[in-house]
Amino acid sequence: MTVGTKERVAAGIGESAPRPDGVAKLSGNFAYGSDLWIDGMLWGATLRSPYAHARLVELDITPAVVMSGVRAVLTQDDVPGRPTFGQVEQDQPVLCDGVARYWGEPVAIVAADDQETARAAVEAIIVEWEPLPPVTDPDQARAAGETYRDMVIRRGDADAAGSVVIEGEYETAIQDQAPLGPEAGLAIPDGSGGVDLHVTTQWIHIDHAQIIASLDMEPDDVRCHPVGIGGAFGAREDISLHIHVAMLALRTGRPVRIVYDRTESFAGHVKRHSARMRYRHEADDEGRLVKVTVDMVLDGGAYAHTSHAVLANASFFTVGPYKCDNVFVDAAVSRTNNPPAGAMRGFGAVQVCFAYESQMDRLAEALGLHPLEVRRRNALGPGDPMATSGQIVEGSLPTLRVIDELEAIPMPDAAIPDDPRRLPGGTGLTTPKDAVVRGVGFALGLKNLAFSEAFDDFSEVLLVLTPAGLEIHTAAIEVGQGLVTICEQIARTVLGIQAVAWVSADTSQIGSAGSTSASRQTQMTGGAVYEAAVGLRDKILQQFGGDELTNDGVYSGGELVATLDAVTADAPIEQWVRYRHPPTEEPDEFGQGNPHAGFVVAAHRAVVDVDPELGLVRVVQIDTAQDVGKALNPQAIVGQLEGGIAQGVGFAIMEELILEDGVILNPTFTDYLIPTLLDMPDVGSRLIEEPAHWGPFGAKGIGESPTISSTPAVVAAIRAATGRPLTRVPVRPQDIAGV
Amino acid sequence: MIVTFTINGEERSATVAGWESLLTVLRDNLGLAGSKNACEQGECGSCSVIVDGANLCSCLVMVGDCEGTTITTVEGIAHGSALHPIQQAILDEGGVQCGFCTPGFVITAAHLFAADPNPDEETMREAFSGNICRCTGYGALLRAFDRLAEDGT
Amino acid sequence: MHFLAAGDLSTALDARAEHPEAELLAGGTDLMVEVNLSYHRPAGVIAVRSCEELLEWEGRRIGAAVTWARLEDGPHRALGQLARTIGSPQIRAAGTLGGNVATASPAGDGLPWIAAVDAEIEVASRSRGTRIIPWTEFFVGVKETTLAPDEIITAILLPEQMPVSQEFAKVGVRNVMVIAMVNCVVARGDDGFRVALGSVAPVPIRAYRAEEMINAETSISDAALTEFARIVSDEVRPITDHRSTEAYRRHASGVLARRLVERCLAA
Repeated sequence: MTVGTKERVAAGIGESAPRPDGVAKLSGNFAYGSDLWIDGMLWGATLRSPYAHARLVELDITPAVVMSGVRAVLTQDDVPGRPTFGQVEQDQPVLCDGVARYWGEPVAIVAADDQETARAAVEAIIVEWEPLPPVTDPDQARAAGETYRDMVIRRGDADAAGSVVIEGEYETAIQDQAPLGPEAGLAIPDGSGGVDLHVTTQWIHIDHAQIIASLDMEPDDVRCHPVGIGGAFGAREDISLHIHVAMLALRTGRPVRIVYDRTESFAGHVKRHSARMRYRHEADDEGRLVKVTVDMVLDGGAYAHTSHAVLANASFFTVGPYKCDNVFVDAAVSRTNNPPAGAMRGFGAVQVCFAYESQMDRLAEALGLHPLEVRRRNALGPGDPMATSGQIVEGSLPTLRVIDELEAIPMPDAAIPDDPRRLPGGTGLTTPKDAVVRGVGFALGLKNLAFSEAFDDFSEVLLVLTPAGLEIHTAAIEVGQGLVTICEQIARTVLGIQAVAWVSADTSQIGSAGSTSASRQTQMTGGAVYEAAVGLRDKILQQFGGDELTNDGVYSGGELVATLDAVTADAPIEQWVRYRHPPTEEPDEFGQGNPHAGFVVAAHRAVVDVDPELGLVRVVQIDTAQDVGKALNPQAIVGQLEGGIAQGVGFAIMEELILEDGVILNPTFTDYLIPTLLDMPDVGSRLIEEPAHWGPFGAKGIGESPTISSTPAVVAAIRAATGRPLTRVPVRPQDIAGV
Repeated sequence: MIVTFTINGEERSATVAGWESLLTVLRDNLGLAGSKNACEQGECGSCSVIVDGANLCSCLVMVGDCEGTTITTVEGIAHGSALHPIQQAILDEGGVQCGFCTPGFVITAAHLFAADPNPDEETMREAFSGNICRCTGYGALLRAFDRLAEDGT
Repeated sequence: MHFLAAGDLSTALDARAEHPEAELLAGGTDLMVEVNLSYHRPAGVIAVRSCEELLEWEGRRIGAAVTWARLEDGPHRALGQLARTIGSPQIRAAGTLGGNVATASPAGDGLPWIAAVDAEIEVASRSRGTRIIPWTEFFVGVKETTLAPDEIITAILLPEQMPVSQEFAKVGVRNVMVIAMVNCVVARGDDGFRVALGSVAPVPIRAYRAEEMINAETSISDAALTEFARIVSDEVRPITDHRSTEAYRRHASGVLARRLVERCLAA
């Protein structure tokens, strides 16, 4: 009989545990999709449409087929199964079906012995197009009935009226996720008709369902494996090269690798929807919202992807974290010949946040109130009905606290800096200190947690306890955000076991973990790990008659009754869980009901220095108070907040895909500008811990919040400095300079 | 043509087309995939390597021009299995997320701190301005570099 | 002929004469982008970054292969300022002034400085020997110059009389590592101000009318500066593209030129 020390396990929840993949990533040894390599593999390349809308008059692959070193050239006629794919609607042809509907649409695919030959073969294909007029205006498409979804929200009294009326029109441009890791895949035939697919993704099971349909293969014959991901932010939630690379491998019987270059990457993944939003806020003399009326159109681009759900989010979060009893929304997402839109961090909540927060600022100004005061007076909290759906907010929603905590963060030094690198224009030396005006702006943002509208949202996890420790088997995708770290921390804390390892499972080994998106994995896969760990612990305690499990083994009444070795002596002990969040409902035809599983709120304050004459901006500081439920890993949370703010700053002042007739004019990092270290402000963060009503230890997903309200906070600060209306993001120099 | 250089202290040769980028040859011919290809335009810094003491984007270096050079890639920074203090500081401060930019930051840091062990914050911001990170917002990276600058590593 | 790393100018000139179809490689920061993005395999490459003659920088002669990193710390204030805005530190460690001149992009940041100080381009070839070309005759269009296929840019030659003060500024939406929407150099010498701008025409231009106007002022008032900025805005010939608009470029040209005159006056 031994009395163990029963020390608390290290790197459990609440600690800033280091990433298990950190050493490999720092040493250059971590394998990303684009690093995959197998001897004897072929290289794939893709022929793409140079037009946003054109009829394919002639496609002659012969010159490519006859080239030395070319092993396969495939077109839409070669798709073995369902000719189309898509998460919601299967409306996108695997390869061009005779009409190209957006710039960069894949037309033919090639496999060759090396990359140069593959690319030369693509250029050798004879292709003749008859250009057609592209539909590029989403309002026009909507008027013509070309929409993926229309949303109507009717809540309260249409005749309600406020004494203060604020009307505004707002526009948000197309933002790209621009993950640094390009789309990449390696398909390896198994020799008996099946294929193993290693591909960059956020959700291998939704890929798998689409891939097997188009390949016309049995589920077990196609195995999708997670690979190292160089960032995602929504860009990898939809199929890119998955089906192509598998088709080439199956046709040639050899491993095939495809890696997109940067321009292909810009063409090859969905983007944030651009939006046009017409708002009318009516409030009483105290600034309390009486009625909000909104009409908006999102540009869904050429194919549906997740446009349905993005529109729902834009519609349900159209008022923000505020109470209002009378809300009327007409919204649509249009089908155009612009690049297909889909998921990007914030998922519909970003666009409307810019609009509603701009409106709230104008309301505050009209009433002579501080911007945060008008937000306080309308703050949505637990027990309140959502302004749009009427759903009663369950669990925590510390809207008032995020405002209070934000205000408590110290402001930066009021002096305009001397170093030109701290001034607008930076090293361009455009701006003398005395040309700078400082402004401060605020914004709040609201987001739903996990999937909504009755989607059967779950995550599967299998825990396996062996003499070496605990294994977490899951198909959940780590994109860099730190899911692996968090799940290991949860398992350690629940089980008291130190040695925990993550085992990436393929689609043949375990069921879906759902998408790494929608701020959901900490709660969903983290929740599955938690529930499975509790089940495993209870199973062991029951089997060995104990009352406590620690790193030494099972204790009973303070005495060690079985070591971990003894516990796993006969066989590994397993626990499988399919975890679901509380059910959500399909809303009625007027958008009423309980479509959401929970909510998260955040507040941002931006301090900017502006050169009003040249229209240049240096963001000085952004502070944020974030509703986190429970901080499982504070360092990882701060990393999400700072990274999300960087993308929010980018969207506020520089990030935009510019289109002309549906063609992207800036599909490179020379012209699609991402903030650098000299553009990034200092960030102050406060984490607000009020436990959620579901999920591990009350934690909430916070991946999207920092991107939602940071953008309008920056724009509000620029407005405060310049007095310009600034109704569009990104704000361009000419918008500020007024030329 | 055959190019011979010293990479991470080891003499290596490769049969290449002279116009190919050093990045391609490192990744595809020499099995050194730590340097990342994210833009091929010198706009992101993910492929940074040190060539004869200069920190360069290896995507913009023609390999034919590398004969006889001495090259350090991310794979050559750690001391055996032990992380270099730069790598350790980035890990400790949470400066790694997706990690695709990380090799470039490690190289730029190694180059910067070798020349200037105590850079001030603005110097560091400018020195790393050619390394794009899409995940972290740079905060954790800057905290790691601040720590290194204070330590004078 | 595929790849030749020339160790001296003579070797480079021989190769250039024999292979006028070959690409010249200095820092590679323009050529490699083209190679990478277009999958374009050059017909041949003559690398010149090790040619001693091109690396020399003495007095009025700046060797064509001198890198931005070296120029950043040099004696010419505006040249140092602009060098620091070119690409990233990694780009500046490789890219060269001669390469900037050879590429002749309308946005090339080195070009307004050459125009403002009235520098000349020294080129050499086996067929014509050494030619000294005034900048006004060298840049003829978007990425078009009068450099012959067998010639190599060997140096930038500065005039004997260099300005007393010189200032550079560049507008872009990012605070570093950005292609210019407008770039501008103002130099002040004994003969008055010279104003050169880039990204506002197919080639770098001087705002001669604005120079004439401001140089006629005996004491420079606010009103004169306003009029000066107006003339600069009027004189430039920008276009609208994905980086900016014609109207903004005109506006920013005037603002930058005025601010740089003020900086020169304060120097």
